[in-house]
Amino acid sequence: MNYLCLVYLAPDQLHSCPDKVCFAYAEELRGSGHFVAAQALQPVDSATTIRIRNGQTSLTDGPFAETKEQLAGFYLIDAKDLNEAIHWASRIPPARYGSIEVRPVRELDLSSLASVSNAG
Amino acid sequence: MPTPLSAQIEAIYRNESRRVFATLIRLLGDFDMAEEALQDAFKAAIEQWPRDGIPDKPAAWLVSAGRFKAIDGIRRRARFTAYDDVAETIEAIADETPAPDEREELEDDRLRLIFTCCHPSLAPDTQIALTLREVCGLSTEEIAKAFLTPAPTLAQRIVRAKAKIRDARIPYQVPGRDELPARLESVLRVIYLVFNEGYSASSGATLTRHDLSQEAIRLARLLQELLPEPEITSLLALMLLHESRRVARTSESGDLVPLDEQDRTVWNAELIAEGVALVQRALSSGRAGTYSLQAAISAVHAEARRADVTDWGQIVGLYDALLQLEPTPVIALNRAVAVAMHQGPQAGLALVEDLIADGHLQNYYLAHAAQADFHRRLGHVTEARAAYVRALALTQQEPERRFLNRRLAALA
Repeated sequence: MNYLCLVYLAPDQLHSCPDKVCFAYAEELRGSGHFVAAQALQPVDSATTIRIRNGQTSLTDGPFAETKEQLAGFYLIDAKDLNEAIHWASRIPPARYGSIEVRPVRELDLSSLASVSNAG
Repeated sequence: MPTPLSAQIEAIYRNESRRVFATLIRLLGDFDMAEEALQDAFKAAIEQWPRDGIPDKPAAWLVSAGRFKAIDGIRRRARFTAYDDVAETIEAIADETPAPDEREELEDDRLRLIFTCCHPSLAPDTQIALTLREVCGLSTEEIAKAFLTPAPTLAQRIVRAKAKIRDARIPYQVPGRDELPARLESVLRVIYLVFNEGYSASSGATLTRHDLSQEAIRLARLLQELLPEPEITSLLALMLLHESRRVARTSESGDLVPLDEQDRTVWNAELIAEGVALVQRALSSGRAGTYSLQAAISAVHAEARRADVTDWGQIVGLYDALLQLEPTPVIALNRAVAVAMHQGPQAGLALVEDLIADGHLQNYYLAHAAQADFHRRLGHVTEARAAYVRALALTQQEPERRFLNRRLAALA
């Protein structure tokens, strides 16, 4: 099952962890067979938030929520259960400076779709 | 006269149901399905056993009956779901090795269940509620009453926890050797909190709720049989030693009796003997942890026939070691009390005033109660009175309040 590991860092910690260290971890994860995807993100200053209401698209500058720690990057990992996910997530280098949120992915529920197509 | 069958079945339910339940969770992979299968299995037992007699291995019989009932249920519901899903589920359940005959396997499942309920990814309060509900089989209402939480709140907490176990895939397993020490910590914390909740209610009029303490001791015994770790042995010892003083720590009128004023002749000698033996076993392992040291301190008290022959020097030494492992303000406070007994109240007072000045304990009533006691023993009436008043403002427990009020009244 896939788990998304969201890396959160306070603005003053964004560069605490050298890219080289993050890259080395990603390589180790790749070698272990648990790697699905990973990216570091530009700071929230570069964010744009989109909302569509009543057919109107509105864009706002900045992240959708101002939080003390900001989303700085993510790893999508493949693990057999939460223990294995926690094992790999706790080795993400920025865990020492910020927080790593581990979220299991959800399979989309297509059962209603299936019954519709069967009926057709 | 033989025991009537219904009473025998009832006894089997009492003794085996949590074990059977734990195994059904492993086989069915779902808490709620296992709960339903357990009820169905006992229904089947009530119908069949009077006719066919009680099987040799009732627990194994119940596990396999529960499993068949669950498969039946899935087949019945299958009319409403895609066949492929169902076939897969049934195959997974049917694929399991036959129901284990060996008690050992069943016990392992109970251990899995404890570790799953106390998984650190669940909120601490939830771990306690889930352990009492799933491992001990207490009802949601019983747990809610014990922890003064509204039953719906607690029920919701348990539902959410089960959903997280399922959706985040918290595994149903005993952690491996490298994870065990860290994971054991949360299990021991849950057990000790359950014990303490039964030993001194966090609020309200009764100071002891025996059942919860008994439940915690039962859990620790189970753990210790399955995992002979010194910290488990020590926690069991610590609880038995506390339990040995239960009768002595409250007076006829329900008032709190401090350790040095307790009637030691009513301490339970059997529990003390067992507790002390367990402490010695844990300490001789050479891997003493925080529970070992706390249990050792409790054992030193237990071995003193009278309060005035307590070996305070040894107790201070044990607190020194405990502070090394766990440098918390509460442990430092307990050490200060021991130092005051060993070297006099002036030494204790200096330590407590430093602790309160550090800002960690200014809202902890026991810090102010200790301070008041040291002032009282030194004859500082005004300071003692002020400290008792501060302590009273910080505790809601009736017996504790009565004790402090008695001390306050005796100051004049």
